[in-house]
Amino acid sequence: MYEPFLIRAALAGVGLALAAGPLGCFVVWRRMAFFGDATAHAAILGVALALGFSVSIYAGTLGVALLMALTVSALAGRGWAIDTTLGVLAHSSLAVGLVAISFVSGVRVDLEAYLFGDILAVSWNDVWLIWGGAGLVLAGLAWRWPGLLTATLSEDLAQASGVNPARERLVLTLALAVVVAVAIKVVGALLIAAMLIIPAAAARGFARTPERMAVFASLIGMVAVLAGLWASLRFDTPAGPSVVCAAAVVFALSAGFGGMRQKG
Amino acid sequence: MTLIEARDLTVRLGGATVLEGVDLALEPGEIVTIVGPNGSGKSTLLRALLGIQPLASGRVTRKPGLRLGYVPQRLHIDAGLPLTVRRFLSLPRRHGAADTAAVLARVSMAGMEERQMLGLSGGQLQRVLLARALLARPDILVLDEPTQGLDQPGEAAFYELIEEVRAEFGCAILMVSHDLHVVMSASDRVICLNGHVCCQGTPHVVSNAPEYRALFGLGTRGTLALYQHDHDHHHDHDHDHDRGPAAAPAKMSEADHV
Repeated sequence: MYEPFLIRAALAGVGLALAAGPLGCFVVWRRMAFFGDATAHAAILGVALALGFSVSIYAGTLGVALLMALTVSALAGRGWAIDTTLGVLAHSSLAVGLVAISFVSGVRVDLEAYLFGDILAVSWNDVWLIWGGAGLVLAGLAWRWPGLLTATLSEDLAQASGVNPARERLVLTLALAVVVAVAIKVVGALLIAAMLIIPAAAARGFARTPERMAVFASLIGMVAVLAGLWASLRFDTPAGPSVVCAAAVVFALSAGFGGMRQKG
Repeated sequence: MTLIEARDLTVRLGGATVLEGVDLALEPGEIVTIVGPNGSGKSTLLRALLGIQPLASGRVTRKPGLRLGYVPQRLHIDAGLPLTVRRFLSLPRRHGAADTAAVLARVSMAGMEERQMLGLSGGQLQRVLLARALLARPDILVLDEPTQGLDQPGEAAFYELIEEVRAEFGCAILMVSHDLHVVMSASDRVICLNGHVCCQGTPHVVSNAPEYRALFGLGTRGTLALYQHDHDHHHDHDHDHDRGPAAAPAKMSEADHV
């Protein structure tokens, strides 16, 4: 009853959810949602470059996502109006990527697979890469956790305690680029930010400490992946968007739960 | 031995020179208060000493192994971040439950470990920030307008607490304040800042210095009035303080100086 493609899809999704949970918490705490969007949208440009130069999709998206994340970080440091800058960068990189893909000759490119993911088509190779990337991100976050948290709370307090906020920002930037690269095949460029933000936002209602929120976010993400895959098979819906829908349902339940708890 | 020393400090922010040629040294156990009008670079000076603010020129020398406890002007916590008092006190370095409980008791917040930071009142938040700074066993406690947003009794209680803590921990205190009346009484030394050090010395010397009076023309009157207010405050008298005999002479002497 469990086809191998389904097991691969579940493993790929769970791996992504594992890393996206804690990273998504930082995206929520630091109000970096648009920053995540910009980095994810730039991934499409990475896909175009990867196809054009016949290199691995992962290498292309990782490279461009990294470039985008570092650019945005640098601009933010110089005090640009970051909201506007991100809006310009996010959408123009997406548009440039889409235009660039149309120039790639040869095999017809299934654009939808990169915009919305194609989790049911992942290979074992993809699964290993996703788990490798997720492991790297989790290890990085665990290693820097106290500093990351202090810098997120207040850069001044961090600096006064001997934590360098710029270094912690860089760790998050790198982690974000890695997650974008591994997520592109699972949920696609347009929905990566959703996998970061929705599970973390849903976890907020249940958590009393940042650590628990991070763990809950991972768990909620995993549940969303499995439920989304199931729904996708059951109702013959696209897998990536179904996963995000499942996460949104958990968020709605959590918000209702939080609201009830506040009233009661 | 001097704890921290700034030499010829110059700081520029966005092209404007905020501090120029500032010298400052802090000895063990001293209470030093920096006063100055808005935009005079008080907070910037603290941030430069803490290493948060890059210097355009000059240098800051610290005693080797110096421990700093910093109480920022305010702390905005994002509503998305669940954080208990206990967890906050352990950022970035973990502290034992006994130490945490003791320091919370010291700032009259005993048993508040499991409370959410977002649910604290302004006064409670200031006390928790002070507790966090004390957990570092600081040689210097650095406070940036620590009583902003507190009402007057809360303010008085907070300054009282700081004096107690100083006596107990033996740390030096470097504080920025615009609450001139409280500052004057509690400090060993007052530094009057307006982009550069205008004057400094004991509270008495500074409050009589012409540079200080030029900067705080109206503020000085407020200070004197408040001092006297503290001494002869009765709830059941019926005259108007502003026109009372205590305030009027101060106002006149002020006019003479300016």
